[in-house]
Amino acid sequence: MLSCHQATRLASDAQERPLTFKEKVSLKIHTMMCSGCRNFESSMNTLRKAMQGFASGDHKDITNNNTKKTMKKHE
Amino acid sequence: MTGSTSQAKDKQLDGASQLNDTNYLETLRQQMLKFANLQISDTHLAEDAVQEALIGAMKKADSFGGRSAFKTWVFAILKNKIADVLRKRQRLAEVSELMRSDEDDEALSSLFDKKGHWNPEDRPNRWGDPEDSFKQQQFWVVFETCLNNLPGNQAKVFMMREYIGLDTDEICKEEDLSVSNLHVILHRARLKLQKCLEIKWYDGGKHA
Ligand SMILES: [Zn+2]
Repeated sequence: MLSCHQATRLASDAQERPLTFKEKVSLKIHTMMCSGCRNFESSMNTLRKAMQGFASGDHKDITNNNTKKTMKKHE
Repeated sequence: MTGSTSQAKDKQLDGASQLNDTNYLETLRQQMLKFANLQISDTHLAEDAVQEALIGAMKKADSFGGRSAFKTWVFAILKNKIADVLRKRQRLAEVSELMRSDEDDEALSSLFDKKGHWNPEDRPNRWGDPEDSFKQQQFWVVFETCLNNLPGNQAKVFMMREYIGLDTDEICKEEDLSVSNLHVILHRARLKLQKCLEIKWYDGGKHA
């Protein structure tokens, strides 16, 4: 049984590399029983999306109207 | 490097326009100097660190569409430069404060109990609809604050990975890290960001 520390490490590593079958299964079993790690795992996706939004600079246009040309959404 | 050339061009224009705006760059340089002077208290060394950080940051400037992202990136690099200067001067206590490496380990291990399970008050909660948060300007203010709160090395590596989208090999080569070191740093950065966003945004009720 993984600890939460180990489970969050796997959830983070999953953003970096394909997990092995064994890792995937252990993480799955852990998150089925642990809401904290389940929420952490799903926040990884939110974090990545937020970073993309932040990097694209779209969010700044809500207040800074001097960069209208980037108003279009990157989709 | 094939594919959407127009998007690549837009990106390049954005990056280039930041560097061509002299006023913006000068303001940024002044902010960096102020920060560096506080840390180093040697005007000459502070100026050198700022200069080097700016040059280092420019190499990747094209990757940054937005100014706040670029600023966060520049400051992450600056923190690392300052840490180098302090290390050379044997100001190790200050290095650890700036990089918050020791303190950081403590802060992270305090998230978990001795067996490595979440402390009840640190257990992550369910976040609301992320897409909805992204529409709110205040969310991005909080997000930027949380990024800037990361220790210098974590911020730099995390941004190389998530903003610039460098792959593992490139980052390891550039930062002289092993793959597992890199993964440890990213894991720590994500734990800190998750915690910071949860406290400052999702639990804060600002989005309600
Ligand atoms: Zn857990």
